[in-house]
Amino acid sequence: MKMPKPDKQIIDRRLEIIGALSRILPGDGLIVDEQELRAYECDGLMAYRQLPLVVALPETTEQISQILSYCNAEDVKIVPRGAGTGLSGGALPLADGITIGLGKFNRILDVDYENRAVVAQPGVTNKAITDAVEDAGFYYAPDPSSKIACSIGGNVAENSGGMHCLKYGLTTNNLLGLEMVLMSGEIIRLGGKHLDAGGYDLMGVVTGSEGLLGVITEVTVRILQKPDVQRAVLIGFPSSAAGGDCVASIIAAGIVPGAMEMMDRMAISAMEQFVHSGYPLDVESILIVELDGPEVEVNYLLQSVEKIAKRAGSTFFRASNSEEERQMFWQGRMSAFPSVGRISPDYLTMDGTIPRHRLPEVLTEMAKMSAECGLRVANVFHAGDGNLHPLILYDANKQGELEKAEQFGFDILKLCVRVGGVLSGEHGIGVEKRDLMGEMFSEIDLEQQQRLKCAFDPNGLMNPGKVYPTPRRCAEMGWMHVKADKLPFPDIPRF
Amino acid sequence: MPETQRPKNENELQQLIANANSAKTSLEIIGNGTKRALGHPVNADVVVDMGGLAGITMYEPEELVMTAYAGTPLSEINSALGAKGQMLAFEPWNPSSIYGLKHASGTIGGLFMGGYGGPRRISAGAPRDHLLGINAINGFGEIFKSGGRVVKNVSGFDIPKLLAGSFGTLAVVSNVTFKVLPRPEASRTVVIVGLDAEKAGNAMRNAMASPHEVSASAYLPAGIAQKSEITELSDFGKSLTLFRVEGPRPSVEHRAKEITTSFFAGENHLVLKSENSIRLWSEICDVRLLNNNADARIWRISVAPSDGPRVAKWIGENTNAEYFMDWSGGLIWVAIEGDGNVYAEKLRNVISGFGGHATLVRASDAEKNSIGVFNPLNNALNPLIKRVKQSFDPNEILNPGRMGAKAGGAK
Repeated sequence: MKMPKPDKQIIDRRLEIIGALSRILPGDGLIVDEQELRAYECDGLMAYRQLPLVVALPETTEQISQILSYCNAEDVKIVPRGAGTGLSGGALPLADGITIGLGKFNRILDVDYENRAVVAQPGVTNKAITDAVEDAGFYYAPDPSSKIACSIGGNVAENSGGMHCLKYGLTTNNLLGLEMVLMSGEIIRLGGKHLDAGGYDLMGVVTGSEGLLGVITEVTVRILQKPDVQRAVLIGFPSSAAGGDCVASIIAAGIVPGAMEMMDRMAISAMEQFVHSGYPLDVESILIVELDGPEVEVNYLLQSVEKIAKRAGSTFFRASNSEEERQMFWQGRMSAFPSVGRISPDYLTMDGTIPRHRLPEVLTEMAKMSAECGLRVANVFHAGDGNLHPLILYDANKQGELEKAEQFGFDILKLCVRVGGVLSGEHGIGVEKRDLMGEMFSEIDLEQQQRLKCAFDPNGLMNPGKVYPTPRRCAEMGWMHVKADKLPFPDIPRF
Repeated sequence: MPETQRPKNENELQQLIANANSAKTSLEIIGNGTKRALGHPVNADVVVDMGGLAGITMYEPEELVMTAYAGTPLSEINSALGAKGQMLAFEPWNPSSIYGLKHASGTIGGLFMGGYGGPRRISAGAPRDHLLGINAINGFGEIFKSGGRVVKNVSGFDIPKLLAGSFGTLAVVSNVTFKVLPRPEASRTVVIVGLDAEKAGNAMRNAMASPHEVSASAYLPAGIAQKSEITELSDFGKSLTLFRVEGPRPSVEHRAKEITTSFFAGENHLVLKSENSIRLWSEICDVRLLNNNADARIWRISVAPSDGPRVAKWIGENTNAEYFMDWSGGLIWVAIEGDGNVYAEKLRNVISGFGGHATLVRASDAEKNSIGVFNPLNNALNPLIKRVKQSFDPNEILNPGRMGAKAGGAK
């Protein structure tokens, strides 16, 4: 993976740029010391690191607008950053770009129970939104595993999911409104507490745009009332195929569980060594099915799920009988990453989505690849929505093993696309999967997407080098925009 | 009369658009034309009838996903889904009643491009929330795809969402892949009789904030309620406040009871069972109870639910209009007879003051032109919207003017 060659002219102008930024951001709003910049050199994808030119920590939308407008005029690139928990390198800094950290945008602005909405600044964590409304019995539904740390602005940028997407949707389905700043410095508002905003659904495009279209400065989300009862069922199967059949049959029976999670033998054994969730060890796959709603509904559905599981050949079935037990079932799954971290010095977290029924063949194929390259793989799977997270185990200290692991990961993602799936379910493309975009999209597909980016950022300064493998000048794609008297992208290297 | 062309497949459609782009001929894209009167009239050189691109190409009930050509009639989609006990969860709106059409059914492409969801919008989302992937031809005449067939997908910009509700002004969708959901086993509607709009608004918002998973809630003032075909309801001669619960039978019975006892103990009420419950919500979804006289203008107003009763109050005090509220008060359908122009500007101002959006769904072409169908957008958005349009259709050959002025969205 190569990033675009940094623009030496911009790097040479660092002091001048710092001077300009310090006029916009008085006090401690600017990070310039190398030591302190280190904290920003990567996001959750730690294999790639780069010191930013400088980090700006604005506190107001107006400041962001001034920074962007300055950068747009001076051809300086921007990388927006939330909590930096992203797993695809979307917030990887640029040597010739300013990282804008939104950590100071950490306030909840409005809790509106009447309209079931919360207005928050983008740096508020996902979990803090639920915390703010929990006493009134509400919660915010999308729950990525990193919910304690990840920011709501970052959730919008990545269209984050979590365990409960099948029933409750992703970020995009729970988002009501946005305020954002365009590269030109213009501040725009999209959506609001009303549902149909009219005109083009720009909010839909901004969600999941990985920081390529603008800097989000305010988010309005839908909150939901907690269900009366939640019960989880732990089901063991002698094969992954049997587990997959069970998932398909549950859905075919008209049941939409709150969550359905599957894991394979390698993952089960890693988790059970780390936390004792009571997972059976003599099975090839485990399915956790969570049912939620009124008690009468949950109990009714539980009976159906039990029958379906038996028919699918389950060899283990246990339903939680207390909240404590339910939490215990989940604990293993929730600690998938640290568990795997204990049995291997390093691991890569992959993220692809496949049509659910292709799971058995994808697992078989993956096992073959694993044997060929000699690296182990553990699988956790959001079975309800087909989102697969293979964890590839490797040792970075062994010569060439990271490259081997990355290649294995790429092969898995290509396989996902081949069976009708996609490159990323919820972690985003970022830099990690950028060079695989051609596996899924044609040149024309990618050009249309990049032309759309031009509408938001005609000079290509917002998070460049991410998502799209080939940079294109807006003008090359039939774009008439010419800024003042100079062409955008003075001299872009191909990479 | 512009000539009509009916491409038989995606390649013919692409060729047609590419040629039109070179010649700068404008195109009006229609499915069955059920929503042709929604939006500004399009005076294009050529009408493109999408009926030739029809048929379901993939349906996997266990995967909750279907792919169909854009021109597939909705009736065909619904019967395929019905056979497997599934449905389009956003409750498609059938505009035939508003526009006085004989067609029972629009097309699946038209449904997504129009973008309106029905009563279940507040619990299940709008069409945009269910559209997973598209194949389309942009104004350059290029075939492109975006999205996929899976729900969880962050691979490139979510163009399907942008196209949903774009009235065919950005690209011509040739096929759509969308999420489907199991049809609920049972449906119950709790009906509370005789509340005023303000009390009904409070009740609806409280119910939506309860754990009872209310899938729809609406308020029908007495004059509207009297027009229901369900005599059990129309006979009251009073306003009705409605709460629908859906799901497994034991669950809906439990929840209907809970709603009645926890919120409305002592109020005059009844509970409609599945068949009548379904009939009632189709009257609401398709706006069949509103004044349908030929000279009534029809508005569709979207506000925050808590503002619904305030809008209703304003309508009652300042106009002779008829209205009802859906979406817990967040959607207000209004029919105004007489000189609609008198109210139009005031109405728009009042709704804008609430931060909402008012669409003139039915009016004469002359009125649409003078009033504008869609809310004028703010100045900061207009240039961006123009650039978005330009990125898909720089020569503005696709449905020119349909969404207002040239660029789509703003008047």
